[in-house]
Amino acid sequence: MTKAQSLWNQGVKIGAIGGVSVLIISLVGMVESFGKRDIIAGILPMGVAIALIISILAAYMAAKKTSIPEKSIQFANAVVSGFVISGFLAVFVMIGRSFNIREMFVGASPVLYNILTGGVAGAGGIFLLLLTGVLCGAFAGILHMLKDLPRKLMVNALLTIFILGLLQELILPILKAWDVGMINYLAGLFYTLNGLTPIGAILSVVIFCILYLLWNANQGAIKFKYASLPKEARKKSQVAALIVLAVILIVLPQFLGLFLSEVITIVGLYVLLGLGLNIVVGYAGLLDLGYVAFFAIGSYVVALLTSPQIFAFGLNFWQALPIAVICGILAGVMLGIPVLKMRGDYLAIATLGFGEIIRILVLSDFLRPWLGGAQGIGSIPNPNLFGFQMVKPQHIYYLLLAGIILVIFISLRLKKSKIGRAWMAMREDEDVAQAMGINLVATKLLAFATGAGFSALSGAIFASKIGSVYPHSFNVFISINVVCIVIIGGIGSLPGIVVGAAVLMGLPELLREFAEYRMFVYGVALVIVMLLRPEGLLPEARHKMEFHDETEAGAKTVA
Amino acid sequence: MFQKWKDRVTITDIVMWMIGGTLLLLCLWGSVSTIRAGLYTKSHWIDFLIFGLAQGSIYALIATGYTMVYGVLKMINFAHGEVFMSGPFTGYFVATAMWRSDFLDNHPIMAIITIFAVAMFVSTMIAFLVEKIAYRPLRGAPRLIPLITAIGASFFLQYLFKGLYGSGINAYPDIEILNGFWMIFGIRVLKIQVIVIIAAIVLMLVLYNFIMLTRVGKAIRAVSEDKEAAALMGINVDAMISTTFIIGGMAAGAAGVLYALMFKQVHFFMGFLPGLKAFTAAVLGGIGNIPGAMLGGIFLGLIESVAPALFLDGLGIIAPYQLKDAIAFTMLVMVLIFRPTGILGERLASKKA
Repeated sequence: MTKAQSLWNQGVKIGAIGGVSVLIISLVGMVESFGKRDIIAGILPMGVAIALIISILAAYMAAKKTSIPEKSIQFANAVVSGFVISGFLAVFVMIGRSFNIREMFVGASPVLYNILTGGVAGAGGIFLLLLTGVLCGAFAGILHMLKDLPRKLMVNALLTIFILGLLQELILPILKAWDVGMINYLAGLFYTLNGLTPIGAILSVVIFCILYLLWNANQGAIKFKYASLPKEARKKSQVAALIVLAVILIVLPQFLGLFLSEVITIVGLYVLLGLGLNIVVGYAGLLDLGYVAFFAIGSYVVALLTSPQIFAFGLNFWQALPIAVICGILAGVMLGIPVLKMRGDYLAIATLGFGEIIRILVLSDFLRPWLGGAQGIGSIPNPNLFGFQMVKPQHIYYLLLAGIILVIFISLRLKKSKIGRAWMAMREDEDVAQAMGINLVATKLLAFATGAGFSALSGAIFASKIGSVYPHSFNVFISINVVCIVIIGGIGSLPGIVVGAAVLMGLPELLREFAEYRMFVYGVALVIVMLLRPEGLLPEARHKMEFHDETEAGAKTVA
Repeated sequence: MFQKWKDRVTITDIVMWMIGGTLLLLCLWGSVSTIRAGLYTKSHWIDFLIFGLAQGSIYALIATGYTMVYGVLKMINFAHGEVFMSGPFTGYFVATAMWRSDFLDNHPIMAIITIFAVAMFVSTMIAFLVEKIAYRPLRGAPRLIPLITAIGASFFLQYLFKGLYGSGINAYPDIEILNGFWMIFGIRVLKIQVIVIIAAIVLMLVLYNFIMLTRVGKAIRAVSEDKEAAALMGINVDAMISTTFIIGGMAAGAAGVLYALMFKQVHFFMGFLPGLKAFTAAVLGGIGNIPGAMLGGIFLGLIESVAPALFLDGLGIIAPYQLKDAIAFTMLVMVLIFRPTGILGERLASKKA
């Protein structure tokens, strides 16, 4: 009995975890609402793809975690866990079809049962579901048995299909914008209006495999060649890469339609916010959950100064912008002073409180004559550059790009300056930093002020982009979103923030069904990233060291 | 003497005293002018007080969860507000089912007990699982990490329940015996408010005695005192941490039902503000200190219901009740600045804050 238990332990246990996960994403409605969008047209809806990916991952983990070295048992464990996952779903479908659980679980709809059972009614559907689970398990088991190279090839090829299908709304308009016969033909070959064509999927797998194998074969040689280049040549190639990047960034809006430009300006706003918070959280290690307050202050200052409503100061955007940034910096100092002595979780809660206080004050009837109350402030004029009205999102894009480049430049310079080192020392250990002669008060306030200034800059651009500001635009979720960008992208790392903002803010705009599950997925992502990779996706070198080498370095010094 | 004092005081101290002094003066001025203007009668104030007590005792129940977890893990369980929400939100479906089958009207006491049981069970399970999945693997990690995990868990749970049960505001069914008034010492009070206060006090007494008198309670106190020493004394630390979350979850679930019975509605976001307020209450009473959390909760509830009328009306602020949350948060920040150890807390906060 105990032997048998330990034999199937991992399969059943991880299968149960996987089963609950798939059940949860089905019940919250993700499978159903993503079911309308296809990865491969007519064959594989995205919702099913997500469920399959989770199942295969769970089965793979089951095989990997099995302590018995025999391959056959590991394979069998994967199959068992696949079966357990589909068993959970089968039980759920049977319960859902016989009792009315929709009253409680709004997502438990007949459409969902149809998706799960592949559209086959009755026992046949349940059988199909179980069979799919077993096949998933078997597939994962085979993956686990394969050698490294074919396994990586297979996994990456499947991911390529998934990502190409996922990014359809990004890729297709860009291709169409060229409007050249050849490219139109290619676009038609790969994509339908909803998902990849089967031929497109096969072709992309083939192309990917060839590229991957080529890269794999020559990777060593290329890296070696690059490393053996003289220093100047390496620098030159870096400069060349930067120039190419700059050209791409400058011409990008020409190829994006109105919608994608809108998406990219949203991403840009969050990049700016993330870069600001990065100074506070990433460099100085102060977790600020009330960061939206400075964004709001930037927006409201621009709104009050430029809008003809309420005060009618009649300033233009360029006059209001520096005032907004200065107000943001002042607010950063003012809100920073009270929390100087707090650390960690107390600081997080206090700043969260500040953010809420500001929102409540702006929303209140008491300050309505000055701030517009719940109606907000409207008719903010667009920025005007030498007589040129920046109306379209494409124009705002350039404004944001300039802002981001400026802020990245400042961040990089600050990081390598005395202040930047002081911030990082403070992040590692406040007491030691103080003992080393760092003025904690000034250093902390500088971090708050710089972060707040960047945030106010973002807020100012936001106000003039939207044309009106409401207190409801400045809720706690903005702060949480920005925290997610900084943490998931990689604390303290600038490329991480750009990637984080693109993934966390851009993707949900592209996948409109996703918007509803945004916070759900962010929550899961935060937990998983913290559990598995606390340094984030694209970590900063020093931070990575901090999270990983602590024990090893400690052991070394002891030895 | 003066020289010594001058050396120790920094500019930031002076700024903070000025902020604190200004707020205090404003409060005093507001109260004096409110009372002199006679905007409210005596019965108004009594209503405010009883409502404040009821709301405060709910905060107090939630706050005990925060404070106990802080005691054993030295972290803020951000997801506790969601633990509070999950119970009554699930209980809502039980309540409506019983209401539809007339069970609720025929056996109201049994029905209420069932709702409590379901809600407390769900909240307890959620609290237990959150600890097991999100916090346990992170023991010994840098302090920022479990905090971020807790924020993630909090939003995950909020939107999980939104996805499961829908995003609407659900009205709790009316329970006949909880409606109406009682006359106590010639004062007309809402029945439900009295019941909430009594139930919360009974629960708090049970909880406090459990922690102080039983072996398990003793072990939990030992763990929050010193984990390593407790482990050496043969206490299963992980099990005690789980127990702490379970007790906290039960208290939060019960508080959630009381909240739902008093305000008659549940929705997925209902845990956010009470969670923050309860945290404020825990800090107010001295985090890590259970009687402190109870006192802090009641105090916060009273302030929240009295302060807008007392302080703000006199200052000529219109619609002061819109600002009651701002008052609670201001109080949180003020307490953190001037007395981070809280009213009763003396040891824990000075170690960590």
